[in-house]
Amino acid sequence: MRYLVLLKAAQPATPPPAELMEAIMQLGAEAGQAGVLLDTAGLQPSARGTRVDLVGGTITVTDGPFTEAKEMISYALYDVRAKEDAVEWAHRFMALHRDHWAGWEGTADVLEVFGN
Amino acid sequence: MQATDPRRAVEAVWRIESARLIAGLARLVQDVGLAEELAQDALVIALEQWPQTGVPPNPGGWLMSTAKHRAIDQLRRRTRYQEKLAEIGRSQETAAPEDEERHDIEDDLLRLIFTACHPVLSTEGRVALTLRLLGGLRTDEIARGLLVPEPTVAQRISRAKRTLTTRNVAFALPSPPELAERLASVLEVVYLIFNEGYTATAGDGWMRPELCAEALRLGRLLAGLAPREPEVHGLVALMEIQASRLRARTGPDGEPVLLPDQDRRRWDRLLIRRGLDALARAEELGGTLGPYALQAAIAACHARARTPDDTDWPRIATLYRVYGELFPSPVAELNRAVAVGMADGPAAGLAVVDALAATGALDTYPQLPAVRGDLLDRLGRRDEARAEFTRAASLTRNARERQLFTERAQ
Repeated sequence: MRYLVLLKAAQPATPPPAELMEAIMQLGAEAGQAGVLLDTAGLQPSARGTRVDLVGGTITVTDGPFTEAKEMISYALYDVRAKEDAVEWAHRFMALHRDHWAGWEGTADVLEVFGN
Repeated sequence: MQATDPRRAVEAVWRIESARLIAGLARLVQDVGLAEELAQDALVIALEQWPQTGVPPNPGGWLMSTAKHRAIDQLRRRTRYQEKLAEIGRSQETAAPEDEERHDIEDDLLRLIFTACHPVLSTEGRVALTLRLLGGLRTDEIARGLLVPEPTVAQRISRAKRTLTTRNVAFALPSPPELAERLASVLEVVYLIFNEGYTATAGDGWMRPELCAEALRLGRLLAGLAPREPEVHGLVALMEIQASRLRARTGPDGEPVLLPDQDRRRWDRLLIRRGLDALARAEELGGTLGPYALQAAIAACHARARTPDDTDWPRIATLYRVYGELFPSPVAELNRAVAVGMADGPAAGLAVVDALAATGALDTYPQLPAVRGDLLDRLGRRDEARAEFTRAASLTRNARERQLFTERAQ
């Protein structure tokens, strides 16, 4: 089954610590080697993004930044046997942030992809 | 809000860690069966403790040191294992740098794969042991996947473990002269698992996608462990591309939909991209393409075609000819007949099928009359076509496939 893990957090004032990036690369390599990580990437801040809305029959296009406090930071697409496996990978991913980036807070949503 | 069931969380850790755990333990005790027992013991302890204490920060390391302690306890009681005990003691004292450790784990995993797929084992034994040791599947899960009774799987696994012991199979990487043959055995097992899911040979289900997914993960794991082996990438490419069509291969009522009739918008573009990437890696490594890479190259021709009419049939026919020359096989020849039938017309295809039918090699193979029936149909020879599809329906063991052939025989 396929799960999309979406990481949401406030845009940080400083870039992530190098140790965190290294640990994330290592975890990604492990998941990739285990054959369960299909795709992953980080996302640019919403200040560089654009939103296309449909409200009351009208489509509007608005440049970022979006108003939400939390933005999409990255995504990872897993192919695992059960949801708990994807949750465990997300858990490890968050633990890296806890261990390498004091004070950082965020949310990882684990969502099952339809029809897979 | 409901927290995740702790037992299921522990099982998830098990699925992620078990292969590495068993592999590391097998190197220490030089016995795959014993290593698995020790790993299982550690799992039982984790299932007891973690729901209370929470999952430890380094669950893999926790399971490993727990299993090692169990090993030492057991070995203490058995003096003839003194030597092994000393070995474990030594490896615990020498803390390897992290990089080296990682490298060791990769080698251990490779050893585990080569051992589980060792040629002294029966094919059934290899499949069951691989799913168990590398996939981390329970016996009942394997039984459900393979559509055989659970005791049968348990028997296959215990017999395979016993054979490894009685035949003194070392937990080691193959020596360079035997590498090619041993790797072929591994690839065969992985592809067997894939095919077991892709074309269920018996029963009502047309396919069991979870087995395909299992084989894909095994293949990707292998590609990471043996990145210099072109055929590993070839096999991964083949499986990724074939799996990309899983959603399109069944209709609304679960009936099979054959390649030309599939809705290509339902093909999984991500898996196609991964498959084409893996094929490119196989080709970059150079040398003559092996059987899996060649089949992947053929599958890639279909994957690249946006519509059936875009299919490069002459290239497919050529690839099948190359394949047949290197690895003569009546099934490949039958596939070449299909390609020739598309590239040069049904009469040319029929000539290839008829030459093949004359050899008698595929007398009980349902696809032979099915292909012949299709070519005859396209030539307007309806009565002969109907007879061929009736024969195909009588030969297949798959209920869905039988229905498909029966419909074409109307």
